[in-house]
Amino acid sequence: MTDRLQEVLDRVTRVRGVRGVLLVGVDDGLVVADAVMEGVRANAVAALAASLVQRMARATGTSGIGQPGFLHLEAERGALLMLAVRERLVLVAVAEPGVNVGLVRLELLRGGAEVR
Amino acid sequence: MSRTRVVEPWLAGPLEHFVSESGARLTLILTPAGQVLAQHGFTRAVDVMSAAALASGIAASTGELARLLEEGEFRALSHESQRHGVFLARFTSPRGPLLALVVYGYDSSIGLVQLFFEELVADLAAAAPAPTPRAPVLAADFERELNESLATLFR
Repeated sequence: MTDRLQEVLDRVTRVRGVRGVLLVGVDDGLVVADAVMEGVRANAVAALAASLVQRMARATGTSGIGQPGFLHLEAERGALLMLAVRERLVLVAVAEPGVNVGLVRLELLRGGAEVR
Repeated sequence: MSRTRVVEPWLAGPLEHFVSESGARLTLILTPAGQVLAQHGFTRAVDVMSAAALASGIAASTGELARLLEEGEFRALSHESQRHGVFLARFTSPRGPLLALVVYGYDSSIGLVQLFFEELVADLAAAAPAPTPRAPVLAADFERELNESLATLFR
């Protein structure tokens, strides 16, 4: 299982501009598996991304549109892409500015299908 | 109105920052012997005293377990129930070893608490005044200091 997870994450990191990928528990904000470059604080990204996903889920739930599937957060110096892969797990990619979001999303979806 | 109370002023800033970032509902900072230095969220002195005694007892038990297992020491333990989680950690400060007891709810997580706990430890290390030599503790002084601390925590 661990090797397969690592393979899934490594595949996403091969997309140009991806600085790291993590599989995170939404409830506890802890890292299940990660493949991140130096300088990416995996624990911090995991805890804060999980918190964000929880809050977004509350917002979408309250709006009556169900649970969030994919979140794309663009920031000054890059982007966070998050895909819900199981009910309580999320794949998080940390990317540089100008990354091909479509390609990262595709790889996250492929990876997510394998994690399921 | 702030729900944070401290016995020594240098603890206030780091504790308030920790609580606001981590979403902790209750927090205690205490010595391993159970003397409370700061608290957030408690409204009754008796709750603080009970929580401090329990935290101190748990830390002592796990410390003894660690010794039996020839571990250095257990740094942190966490329990999660349906509505609340409890995080208890031992850390080193310029004032010596301290314990932190954190209770968090569904709006936070163990990941967030751990993350901001690391910051709390660093902030406390930066904020602590230089240690001063302490006079020997006398029984009469101990009781007076304990009462003063509790009064400060529930002013």
